[in-house]
Amino acid sequence: MAVKDYLRERFFPHMWCPGCGHGTVLNALLRAVEELQLNKNDIVMTSGIGCSARISGYVDFHSLHTLHGRALAFATGVKLSKPDLKLLVPMGDGDALAIGGNHFIHACRRNIDITAIIMNNRIYGMTGGQFSPLSGPDKKATTAPYLTIDAEFDIVEVSKAAGATFVARSTTYHVKEATEMLKKAISHKGFSVVEILSQCPTHYGRKNREGDAVQMMTGYRDNTAKLGSKALADNPSLIPRGIFVDQARPEYCQEYDNIIAKASRNRAA
Amino acid sequence: MTNPIKFLQGNEACVEGALYAGLEFFAGYPITPSTEIAEHLSQRLPEQGGKFIQMEDEIASMCAIIGASLTGRKVMTATSGPGFSLKQEAIGYACMAEIPCVIANVQRGGPSTGNPTHVSQGDVNQARWGTHGDHNIIALTASNHQDIFAITVDAFNMAETYRTPVILLLDEAVGHLREKLVIPEEGELAIVDRLRTALPKGVDYHPYLPREDGRLPMSDFGGDRRYNVTGLFHDMWGFPSNNPQVVRDLLRHLIDKIDNNIQAITRYKEHYLEDAEYIFVSFGSSARSAIHLAKSRRDRGEKIGVLELQSIWPFPAEMVREKCRGAKAVLVVEMNMGQVMAQVKAAVDEPGRVFLANRIDGKLITPEDIKKLLRVIQGRGV
Amino acid sequence: MEHTVRGKKKLKELVINRDWCKGCGICVSFCPKKVLELDSKDKAIVVRPEDCISCKLCELRCPDLAIEVLTEEDND
Repeated sequence: MAVKDYLRERFFPHMWCPGCGHGTVLNALLRAVEELQLNKNDIVMTSGIGCSARISGYVDFHSLHTLHGRALAFATGVKLSKPDLKLLVPMGDGDALAIGGNHFIHACRRNIDITAIIMNNRIYGMTGGQFSPLSGPDKKATTAPYLTIDAEFDIVEVSKAAGATFVARSTTYHVKEATEMLKKAISHKGFSVVEILSQCPTHYGRKNREGDAVQMMTGYRDNTAKLGSKALADNPSLIPRGIFVDQARPEYCQEYDNIIAKASRNRAA
Repeated sequence: MTNPIKFLQGNEACVEGALYAGLEFFAGYPITPSTEIAEHLSQRLPEQGGKFIQMEDEIASMCAIIGASLTGRKVMTATSGPGFSLKQEAIGYACMAEIPCVIANVQRGGPSTGNPTHVSQGDVNQARWGTHGDHNIIALTASNHQDIFAITVDAFNMAETYRTPVILLLDEAVGHLREKLVIPEEGELAIVDRLRTALPKGVDYHPYLPREDGRLPMSDFGGDRRYNVTGLFHDMWGFPSNNPQVVRDLLRHLIDKIDNNIQAITRYKEHYLEDAEYIFVSFGSSARSAIHLAKSRRDRGEKIGVLELQSIWPFPAEMVREKCRGAKAVLVVEMNMGQVMAQVKAAVDEPGRVFLANRIDGKLITPEDIKKLLRVIQGRGV
Repeated sequence: MEHTVRGKKKLKELVINRDWCKGCGICVSFCPKKVLELDSKDKAIVVRPEDCISCKLCELRCPDLAIEVLTEEDND
């Protein structure tokens, strides 16, 4: 199947701004799904609120556009109820790590077989450019006219600490790498997190003198380096890309099946 | 066959009713005084292949049951006090996206952390208006375990019939009280199953296009009907729309699908009401005291009766007006500052004859409490 | 050019959906062979198809999903 076969084409052109990285994430995600030859009926895409969340309207899967920050909580209900389904949960950085932070760390901890894709543009775009928990200090935003004083999260470190069993990071510049990571994440049995740095030229780039989409992506090229690369060893201040965690741990729905078996025996006894 | 006669808590009666109704998925978070519902379901659900999950918070529990409902399961959560406040956002989502689900709220004293281990009926208005925006809701209640069982079954049936969240408005006293319950035999109470689309393959399915009878057949996630579910105003395919006509029509549909069926939804019981001159309107554990007092006064020949409400929202105003017509006085017996009383006053022909007999100190209202007010109203002094 | 390097795919057509293209210029800037440009209406157009090496980076990176690189091999 071609990528377009996974799209609801009638809603295109999409609503994202010119140069917004979220379209590239959608692009990469559809290619991952296509290459894995997944059946559209088996996929549920659950999203929250924000620019990122609009992604679920564009894909021809079962789509559940929910509440700000709560996508993983809804997805947990879908998945545990029907474990055969593939759950894809794209989220924005504020969606996943601010208002949805609690749901995020607990989904990691449970190791439920869901793929979280965090489209990190370091800003609240839908509401017009307020700083997020991923903005970091000294950034300009509509709610930080004197620059931010908040430290940022490191999504990879948060995910690792919370117990996610697959954790990766890429960017919209490194789109082939991102697609490969998404494929691995979707195939992974357990909770997987893929952070994709995704430019917001409209609200972040412009205010913070990072330029347009091309300049921001050039920044992803120049300011990141592959895990284990010489570039990263030479310059540890670069943002590492790659697969940080890929390990096996009992998956939640399978563990619950064991509970059912135990409870049934209990009842029979 | 297990013994159908049980001696248990009201919260357990709710569990039994939910399982009888076909509950398959429960998500919850510990909170007094509803916790026993989660505890018992954590044992009972997996015994029959169902799923129980303790989520990270109240909000997540509400969201998880909505997700599970979309896969075709009958779902429920239970909570109290602050937990009910936290669930409101997602309850609004279930209203908007028309997802069948049941929320048991075992009421405790509020606001805020309030009086966690003591009884109250202060969430009546929150059950109606807790989530933002115009919407409609069904809220049911009961005063004894046999009725809790039956009304819980009703709650699931109505959630499926009207594709809406249904609030089970219990309270601490009845939730923790232990008394007898006889589990009805299979088939004794009607069960409404999920209505799924019967459209043949190849025919377009519109998840939000009501049939002629007003019902909206569903299609389980994972099936071959792929559609969109959103909390935004949406068209008949489930896709977001802010077209004024679409917005207005959907909101009207959400209101009308319940208001137009108020007679089918209304649940109440009459106790010694036929010729009553003084009527107690009550519900939940308060009704137990009202019934007790009415019965003892009847034994002495006084014409006192009780109208026990079992559905509070949509408020059965017509029925209340009919039943209270001609009464010398109507005493609304409840453990709050008059939330149902305001509805009764608005419903009856002579609101000046409606009085509040309440208690708001965390103690169960007693027949004695009601008697004191009744004496004043009857002109027999204080 | 009749023959392509062994293992490389030969371009058949580079299709740009002008209705979807928002003219961000990502495809233009990152094309290793400078095959694309923005026209006067800020839409991507193919100006040097003969230089295309079918790396598909424009298609993969396009945030508007507006580009399709069709190769001879795709036809097989």
